[in-house]
Amino acid sequence: MSACICPSDATLTRRLIELTQAGLPLVADPWAWLAEQLGISSAQALALLQRLQADGAIRRIAAVPNHYRLGYRHNGMTVWDVDDERMAELGPLIGAQPFVSHCYRRPRRDGWRYNLFAMVHGRSAEEIDADRQRIRQLLGNACRADDMLVSSRILKKTGLRLQKAENPLSRHTTEPAPLDSPPARRMTGVVGKAGAEAGAASPQEKAPCSE
Amino acid sequence: MQLDNLSRRLIERYQHNLPLCAEPWQAMADELGCSEAELLDCLQRLDAAGVLSRVGPVFEHSRAGASTLVALAVPPERLEQVAELVNRYPEVNHNYLREHDYNLWFVLTGPDRQTLQRCLRDIEGATGLLPLDLPMRRAYRIDLGFSLEGTP
Repeated sequence: MSACICPSDATLTRRLIELTQAGLPLVADPWAWLAEQLGISSAQALALLQRLQADGAIRRIAAVPNHYRLGYRHNGMTVWDVDDERMAELGPLIGAQPFVSHCYRRPRRDGWRYNLFAMVHGRSAEEIDADRQRIRQLLGNACRADDMLVSSRILKKTGLRLQKAENPLSRHTTEPAPLDSPPARRMTGVVGKAGAEAGAASPQEKAPCSE
Repeated sequence: MQLDNLSRRLIERYQHNLPLCAEPWQAMADELGCSEAELLDCLQRLDAAGVLSRVGPVFEHSRAGASTLVALAVPPERLEQVAELVNRYPEVNHNYLREHDYNLWFVLTGPDRQTLQRCLRDIEGATGLLPLDLPMRRAYRIDLGFSLEGTP
């Protein structure tokens, strides 16, 4: 689909992002719900979503799992100072490792030398240490320094949002019942307990990794 | 938590891509061999339990806006105060405490880069801390998906 978006589409798109970035309501007909919010027909709402996906503005529609609840309670943001000359070859190699959920090149800054970020998740601290070690081997002498930043708390975790959803179906206003211990928190603006995961989630989602 | 068979298959199959069709729940139910009502019920249970963080579109923010990863080196005694201040910005959508001098890491998202820059200046002014602004230059992997094999 063409990348050209007509003005009314741009407004609708913005509204659509606001309405759906924290998730669709899990109702029988989500497109009808969306259509009603946008003041268009169901068919038009679906067509708009399809257009945005074809266009690349929507990466995918997904049932985005919460890693923490799936047992991946440990995460590390590994950061690497990689030879710029070799990034084109090594970035994709690290990104292809099955234990890496996000992998990005980012700029260096004063006081920040690392230009490659790879998020790893595991069921134990040992598992993510081993992941880090494996990345180190793969990078070899192209890497001058590295670090791993483990998260100790989730301070805020929301789906992306441009505004707070006001509809009563908004699913981010209720506390999920704890199923296991320690209970994971996924609330907006809540200071969570130790042992948090990062992620991402969503690519954008969750991880401090998306752009 | 214990995942039943349908839940497990649902996550395995649909953590990356839901069908974008007129009746998505029906299409998923057909593929998983259950009824639409069972499928929707399963989604609702997983959502309520927090196993799913959400069901919906994952936006490409380089196309649908701008975003950046930001870090602050916050003195430990100011952490609560700074975290609370940062969390008040609607542009902030993830905020993690990490064990490092740069201990506060969050993602800023907005309609354009200018909005983010304004927000960064704002945060700097309000906290007196210089934010590390680390926009993505290139993505080598953006997928989030995990095998459920061996999960309890």
